[in-house]
Amino acid sequence: MGTTIAAISTAMSASGIGIVRMSGPEAMDIISSIYRSKNGKKKIKEVKSHTIHYGYIYNGDEIVDEVLVMVMKAPGTYTGEDTVEIDCHGGVYAMKRVLETVLKNGARIAEPGEFTKRAFLSGRLDLSQAEAVMDVIQAKSSAALKSSVEQLKGSVLRAVKEIRSVLIYHIAYIESALDDPEHISLEGYPEELDKVVEEEYEKTEKLLKSADDGRMIQEGIKTVILGKPNAGKSSLLNFLVGEDRAIVTDIAGTTRDTLEEYISLHGISLRIIDTAGIRETEDVVEKIGVGKAKKMAEGADLLLYVVDSSTPLDENDGEIMELLSGRKSIVIYNKTDLEAVADIAELKEKTGSPVIPVSVVEETGIEELEHTIRDMFFQGEISFDNEVYITNARHKAALEEALESLDMVKNSIHAGMSEDFFSIDLMNAYESLGKIIGESVGEDLVNEIFSRFCVGK
Amino acid sequence: MDKKRLEKSCDVVVVGAGHAGCEAALAAARLGLETVMFTVSVDSIALMPCNPNIGGSSKGHLVRELDALGGEMGKNIDKTFIQSKMLNKSKGPAVHSLRAQADKQAYSTEMRKTLENQERLTIREGEVTRLLAENGEIKGVELYSGAVYWCGAVILCTGTYLKARCIYGDVSNATGPNGLKAANYLTDSLKELGIEIFRFKTGTPARIAGNTIDYSKMEEQFGDERVVPFSFSTDPEDVQIEQKSCWLTYTNEKTHEIIRNNLDRSPLYSGVIEGTGPRYCPSIEDKVVRFADKSRHQVFIEPEGLYTNEMYIGGMSSSLPEDVQDAMYHSVPGLENAKIVKNAYAIEYDCINPRQLYPTLEFKKIKGLFSAGQFNGSSGYEEAAAQGLIAGINAAMKLKGREMMILDRSEAYIGVLIDDLVTKENHEPYRMMTSRAEYRLLLRQDNADLRLRKKGYEAGLIDEETYQGILKKEKAIEDEIKRTEHASVGGTPQVQKLLEEKGSTPLKSGTTVAELIRRPELTYEDLAPVDAGRPELPWDVKQQVEIHLKYEGYIKRQMKQVEQFKKLEAKKIPEALDYEQVGSLRIEARQKLEAFRPVSIGQASRISGVSPADISVLLVYLEQYGKKHGSGRDETKSCEQ
Repeated sequence: MGTTIAAISTAMSASGIGIVRMSGPEAMDIISSIYRSKNGKKKIKEVKSHTIHYGYIYNGDEIVDEVLVMVMKAPGTYTGEDTVEIDCHGGVYAMKRVLETVLKNGARIAEPGEFTKRAFLSGRLDLSQAEAVMDVIQAKSSAALKSSVEQLKGSVLRAVKEIRSVLIYHIAYIESALDDPEHISLEGYPEELDKVVEEEYEKTEKLLKSADDGRMIQEGIKTVILGKPNAGKSSLLNFLVGEDRAIVTDIAGTTRDTLEEYISLHGISLRIIDTAGIRETEDVVEKIGVGKAKKMAEGADLLLYVVDSSTPLDENDGEIMELLSGRKSIVIYNKTDLEAVADIAELKEKTGSPVIPVSVVEETGIEELEHTIRDMFFQGEISFDNEVYITNARHKAALEEALESLDMVKNSIHAGMSEDFFSIDLMNAYESLGKIIGESVGEDLVNEIFSRFCVGK
Repeated sequence: MDKKRLEKSCDVVVVGAGHAGCEAALAAARLGLETVMFTVSVDSIALMPCNPNIGGSSKGHLVRELDALGGEMGKNIDKTFIQSKMLNKSKGPAVHSLRAQADKQAYSTEMRKTLENQERLTIREGEVTRLLAENGEIKGVELYSGAVYWCGAVILCTGTYLKARCIYGDVSNATGPNGLKAANYLTDSLKELGIEIFRFKTGTPARIAGNTIDYSKMEEQFGDERVVPFSFSTDPEDVQIEQKSCWLTYTNEKTHEIIRNNLDRSPLYSGVIEGTGPRYCPSIEDKVVRFADKSRHQVFIEPEGLYTNEMYIGGMSSSLPEDVQDAMYHSVPGLENAKIVKNAYAIEYDCINPRQLYPTLEFKKIKGLFSAGQFNGSSGYEEAAAQGLIAGINAAMKLKGREMMILDRSEAYIGVLIDDLVTKENHEPYRMMTSRAEYRLLLRQDNADLRLRKKGYEAGLIDEETYQGILKKEKAIEDEIKRTEHASVGGTPQVQKLLEEKGSTPLKSGTTVAELIRRPELTYEDLAPVDAGRPELPWDVKQQVEIHLKYEGYIKRQMKQVEQFKKLEAKKIPEALDYEQVGSLRIEARQKLEAFRPVSIGQASRISGVSPADISVLLVYLEQYGKKHGSGRDETKSCEQ
């Protein structure tokens, strides 16, 4: 297979330990370049197969984590290749850092199901087993590629597209000039390009920083606010976010689409999605909103069910409680400033979830809500979606490649190389960025040339 | 039916005697096959009906590659050029490109001589009207006279002659270029065989009497002082001849106004012309419309030959009416009183959708039928010749039962050209451009021999001696690079003085000759005085050593890109693959793949409408398929029958 792959092979949650697994011909080289034993003397490359070693993972001179490393050499492994497992501290942050260090040192992030695929190719699985696995992988690999783009925030997608469009313009400009030297002049162009590359370099660097803070993708506990119209869902969101994000009126059915916000609750990041109120409705636009709300609820990590305590429960509440079944949820017994009519015992019984009295108006009960969410997270009841972190690591690797290529363009300009050398690295940067948004290269360059430049023989 | 007719047999039939046809016929005959080449007019062999030059940016690369493989175009232009220039000399070596002005008549005559003297090659005047095929296999061709030639392979190189129409204003002539007879029957035969036909358009500018041009209003364009030959076999001393000049002038606002005022009379805009024209070689009216903000366009005045007065007006092709053309040309400085010899015209012709071909240039549907040149939707003499050579080689390989030649995108511009044609959606005449080659730092014109001589030798077009020469050259380059890497240079007064003279930083400590060559301001030659152990080497070896050392970092990065590319190319798709069985493919991708039947994952990834996600699905499926069918995944042959 050639390359060495790596992935986090345990769930991304706050509890227990996490395992970063690596498989491939370079696995031993990579681990020996980032692992140091306590006394610094152990040569991990030379240890016996199937042994466990205590020590540290280093990124340069900086300790990333205290770990146990399990070394399993080919061919007696699942994949049939050299395999290394790094047991690190279970925190999401620690696992992410260890994975990033491994990637930085030459491994690439594994595709979904790739370990299994390798196991199959090395003959560790028989055909009937393999066929079953393959069907799953086929479905998964296309879904993963799609979702890695979908997980991008709109602003990031735009930023990457913008940088790429600047790069392709300049690649096209250089190429046109080369194809038609008698018509298009490159005089003074290197200086101009130098400025452009500098700007794009900075933009890319910014993106990389945002990837570091995890701001690039839509990550966090996917929390969906549900409830009947006018139960106070948008008010709750606004309160949690701390600004008037959703439009709040006292007309039932105001929020017709879903709104998204990101908040940090005691260090836990929540991706909160406000939805349209759920009720039988004839209004077409509102109907779409309701359908969307239900769909959102299905993919949520946590549901916040907002109940207007001043109105009795009805069949709409029944429908919502059905959505809640089998999912992690919290019932928010809202508007406690008004007279309570809704049956709190029925809510508790039917949902099996904690019910927290809250008044958004009087700002009471919010603290208890935050504590409940936090406890659920630390007790491992709710967790992140693994895919998201893997995606983020992949994006980071791509951004780093792009930066390196842009740096080489600058070097070429400063070394006084002729323009045709610029495009090799410009193209590499363009391609690396393309990996983030899942776009391939080829025709767009030629089309760009045709649309912008006049090329003769 | 018992009609009496002439019947003959041969190995290979080539239809057409243009640049594609000549190369195809020569290659087939040189590879030992009895070959008959048909043309509507024996006097139009290797005709250059448009511009009078060979080469140019990236096209020059094609000619060098063709020469390395054993083609004829490079040798022929070396014998008949009247001016030569290495373009882009201020740029990196990857984009240096040769362009030579040809004496059109001489070019044609020389090529005809070569063809006439070629063993096993018969030139025959006549129009091929029908292809004879049986059960998806070619059997022969039928001529307008009723004669039949039975053969094992046919190579179609009909250029712009199929149902050709020449147009300017409201004048339309049903002829091929230069008023030659068009071929009006073959298209129908192709359609009967289920081949998809496109209609393309191209054009040519007017020719003007040279003695009526005022050159004092133009800039003179000279050839290079030291001419580099196109062919690797030509002795450089043989091409140091006295050269003719070209001239540069410009259109102006007045020209543009004349054009704009008469656009409604252009057959392009009135709908008389249906074919799709090339965007990159636009007519002057196209340029004026599309680049409305430009106040002038370049016009190159190029001689058509030594023994004619005619000048080619490069950059001003047109299909406007005769009277408009007259006014338009006269508005250009230097052409005020010029006399027009031949009008500019547009030409429309039938060609095929080249995606019906394998990368071997054989039709997927009809075994033994090959095609090349403008018939495949390309434009340009060089593109045509390159395809002609490959089609000729592959027709021969096929009949000999040998593996056919496919050059990939990392091996040659020819590979890029053919891959683009047979893979990408193409709705206009295809022109080679540097920008189409992803790996151009490796595909330089200076190393075409190192890249391709061996392939030509394996095919049988390059002789033993030439091949041994290349092996020797390779070794000499390798040895000299190694030597310079180890040859140390100290900071002696002589060295420091030399560095100072060349504007280079003095040495602080010892280094190697190779390190000094890597400095942008120093050349291999510069360092001769301080490089004591330097052996006597031919200029082309020295050139390769210098390029290799100077651009090592870039070359390595490019080679890495190629490695990635090769991985996908090596993953062949079995010909029998049923795309219905591949789960998770998007419907659009499935349809495209089914219709197209790519030979490799690499080719599949270049089909528009097939996304990276589809490719990964396909890859996974193939791993599984390979296991099940017990064939080595990477060795599955797909296009050899």
